Amino acid sequence: MALNYFQPLFEVIRDKDRCIKCQACARQCSNEVHKYDAELDMMISDSQTCVDCQRCVTICPTRALKITENNNQFRTNANWSQQTMTEVYRQAESGGVLLSSMGNPKPYPVYWDKILLNASQVTNPPIDPLREPMESRVFLGKKPRNVSFNEDGSVNTKVTPTLELSTPIMFSAMSYGSISRNAHESLARAATELGIYYNTGEGGLHKDFYQYGPNTIVQVASGRFGVFKDYLETGAAIEIKMGQGAKPGIGGHLPGQKILEDVSRTRMIPMGTDAISPAPHHDIYSIEDLRQLVYSLKEATEYKKPVIVKIAAVHNVAAIASGIARSGADIIAIDGYRGGTGAAPTRIRDNVGIPIELALASVDQRLRDEGIRNEVSVVVAGSIRSSSDVVKAIALGADAVYIGTAALLALGCHLCRTCHTGKCNWGIATQRDDLVKRLNPEIGYKRLVNLVHAWDHEIKEMMGGMGINSIEALRGNRLMLRGIGLTDKELEILGIQHAGQ
Amino acid sequence: MKKVYVNEEWCLACHLCEYYCAAANSGAENMIKAFANGNKPIPRIRVEEGSKINFAVQCRHCDDPICVKSCITGALSKKDGIISCDETRCVGCYTCVLTCPYGCIVTSENSKVIQKCDLCLKNNNGDPACVKGCPNKAIVLEER
Amino acid sequence: MKKYVIIGNSAAAIGAVQGIRSVDTEGMITVISDEPYHTYSRPLISYWLEGKVVDEKIYYREPDFYEKNNVMTMFGVRATAIGGGYVTLDNGGKVAYDKLLIATGSKPFVPPMKGLDTVDYFTFMNWDSAKAIKEKVKENTKVLIIGAGLIGLKAAEALYHLNADITVVDLADRILPSILDVRAGQIMQKHIEDKGTKIILGASVEEFSGNTAKLTNGDTVDFEILIVAVGVRPNTELVADAGGKVEKGIVTDLQQQTTIPDVYAAGDCTLSHDSSSDSEKILALLPNAFMQGEIAGKNMAGQMCLYLNAIPMNAIGFYGLHIITAGSYEGEEYVTEDAEKERYKKLIFKDGKLKGFILMGDVDRAGIYTSIIREQIPLSDVDVELLKDHPQMMLFGKARRDEKLAGKIG
Repeated sequence: MALNYFQPLFEVIRDKDRCIKCQACARQCSNEVHKYDAELDMMISDSQTCVDCQRCVTICPTRALKITENNNQFRTNANWSQQTMTEVYRQAESGGVLLSSMGNPKPYPVYWDKILLNASQVTNPPIDPLREPMESRVFLGKKPRNVSFNEDGSVNTKVTPTLELSTPIMFSAMSYGSISRNAHESLARAATELGIYYNTGEGGLHKDFYQYGPNTIVQVASGRFGVFKDYLETGAAIEIKMGQGAKPGIGGHLPGQKILEDVSRTRMIPMGTDAISPAPHHDIYSIEDLRQLVYSLKEATEYKKPVIVKIAAVHNVAAIASGIARSGADIIAIDGYRGGTGAAPTRIRDNVGIPIELALASVDQRLRDEGIRNEVSVVVAGSIRSSSDVVKAIALGADAVYIGTAALLALGCHLCRTCHTGKCNWGIATQRDDLVKRLNPEIGYKRLVNLVHAWDHEIKEMMGGMGINSIEALRGNRLMLRGIGLTDKELEILGIQHAGQ
Repeated sequence: MKKVYVNEEWCLACHLCEYYCAAANSGAENMIKAFANGNKPIPRIRVEEGSKINFAVQCRHCDDPICVKSCITGALSKKDGIISCDETRCVGCYTCVLTCPYGCIVTSENSKVIQKCDLCLKNNNGDPACVKGCPNKAIVLEER
Repeated sequence: MKKYVIIGNSAAAIGAVQGIRSVDTEGMITVISDEPYHTYSRPLISYWLEGKVVDEKIYYREPDFYEKNNVMTMFGVRATAIGGGYVTLDNGGKVAYDKLLIATGSKPFVPPMKGLDTVDYFTFMNWDSAKAIKEKVKENTKVLIIGAGLIGLKAAEALYHLNADITVVDLADRILPSILDVRAGQIMQKHIEDKGTKIILGASVEEFSGNTAKLTNGDTVDFEILIVAVGVRPNTELVADAGGKVEKGIVTDLQQQTTIPDVYAAGDCTLSHDSSSDSEKILALLPNAFMQGEIAGKNMAGQMCLYLNAIPMNAIGFYGLHIITAGSYEGEEYVTEDAEKERYKKLIFKDGKLKGFILMGDVDRAGIYTSIIREQIPLSDVDVELLKDHPQMMLFGKARRDEKLAGKIG
């Protein structure tokens, strides 16, 4: 007898009094958990393959389903958790690397939740954003050191290209391939309607989406997939991807079976071949090499587009950012260790990198100390979950944020973290036609627009409460922040005082 | 005049429209009651499934409705753009089944008379249950 | 103001009223009928006899139909002649018209049978005939019906529900020959016989004597009620007498105009062009009558339009078993059968088109087939395998679906 039985992670619970056997759950589960048995005239569930994506729970018209964690339990051990033990069993069975998707789920501290915002009382008045002007617009790119004028009073200073955002939020890089065409279309249309930007990721840009070019950031990554002249010229900005928060130090691998006709054409690689993004850019081994790529791209696009360099938040992020600021890049994007991914080795995702809060604080401080903060804008990513995270990020020194996971949640994702299986029941992380069509971009883009509008309102409320009426005035304003339950060292890195101080 | 249209591109063949329709027209208070005790109320919309394409079909409320013209009793009539059936006059002769080019007149063994979509005029204030219940906007009620 | 006169008060006449009023809301409309009733549905008389339809529900239109459409009615009078811009009535009156519609329908055909003059018999064509039968029928009343066609069997079904003891005799070797093929006829015959109704085929009445009919096959059948339902003949006399062209029925052009100027005809009294067999036929069916009447009405009121795409079609059920048929039955056949479930399907293909079908038992969505025949959609435009399987919109191409279901044109 093979000793390879794994208890299901979840348990599907069906209220038989409520179930009308409409079979919607069976028809909608790509993991084939639910089945209608005609002989028994019964719905039968096999929890073994359930990933707790909540699709069936959501569409069940009589609310007859719920999914809970399976309470089958190994003997409790504070050192050897059930999950750790199960992973050992799995690897003993398969001999393979463990794969996961989406962001680091481990219970590391979330600094956003240990930072509190200020509000005005008596000595300076709060501002009511519904009655008074409130500016959430931001520009990303180099800021001139000083402004000079001509004799006739007109401005003489030359401003390098910038990105204008109606609110300091952009959609993170997610490639066509890792997410579906309909997810991409939703992001593109939402960005266009919102006056912000979405990011192609490293999968190239589908020809149907060139129309959204003015709101598109095109990415150049180590695999160079889909990069050519039209691609670079179509985007509003170009992002060089050096690293990703979910898997710093390693590349990417999109298996051949996902490289179907459209993805193949868009990535410019043959159908069915694995799309391998190398860990390094093979032409970048120094800041000087990076500078060459930055300027190659600027040259190729006639210096009309800002260039972003995206890195993962790692231990010496401040020094790296300083180098990037001197490489000619206009914007630095930093991705924290909670950033999402369509697939990553579990050990890398869960153990490599540092929190974005700490990385941001130290980068902002370092650039200020070196007097080059205005040479670049700083965009942070890696688990911005709400408008208050946005406000805290800006007060810590960010110019804007990228949201990826939150955007996917708006599209229906329930963070089941099985993107790597390609069977996403929500039509997001899949290329299977029957699943992709479950995400109607008409619905998807409106939900994204709603989300960002809602956050924008909340950002303005919070800023107003602090008596601040523009993002400009909030940026790096760490006096608006206080830590709670943090050590002196953490407070020192974050550059904030403890609550009560 | 708003009409129901089908976006076959987005139909997932989840068949929920059929269940929402059947429940709404069953007269029961909710879906669970409508289907209780093995009851199988008949939907007035039906989903056709293909290998790649699916779509739901219900009464098109034709401009020049041949079902109304064919009706031998006068039970079918069109008023304010909606074709409805006076079930007290229908005798179940199925002449409308014979003529409806979309196959949208519904017959069932447990009902002697025909049933058809009336855009939920009688049960939901003209807010069609299928449109409300569709999770993917594959059925829409629109002015065009 | 135009004067419209309509002779007849059934489906074609009502179609004409609606057709005229969709064009001309002013003109004067007069409806003349020898029956004393508000318009009622003739096919409902069997349902009425059975008790399934009560008096108030036999009416084809709402009680205020004439009022709402500003129609003058002359009921209980018979038109005896037309010509010279007048309709002459049996009460001596005359009614002037600018446009006249003949919607006189048909009458039962009673062939000569020996001894028939010695017995009371009924036909089954109008409400009065149904009323007369109803007065006489009781539980276990012995009923003999001559004719196993649509009318005879519909009468049989009604009387079956009244628990009469029924025998149906027909000279033909099968029942319902006008709409069913041999096999479908057998299934239906068995279905009816299983309910206790006796059917004797290949025989006719040799002689009636008293309340006994002696049949040509030697049998004798006792009866208390005799119903003769062997066929119908169109009421064409008014047009024929006025010099209009009449063949098997009144001849009209596609605008439903007879060969007499300003005189139109519609319904069971006329010939129609059956597009499925490309031949002229009397299409004695209610939808056809209504649509012809409507077209006639519009043309009478000055809106030129043509009656096209007519085909024979029938939806009918006997003793709970439904049949839907349409088109013509000459061509290559595709047949499936499940005798156990009383299901039968025959599709007839010819010249790359679906020409006709017979569906029995499962008649679901038959109209999709009907539309393919009426619109003469070539098989090359549809998925024939899906078509054979069952009627469905999936069998059409995306373009038609987009147009018909998604509201996209062009």
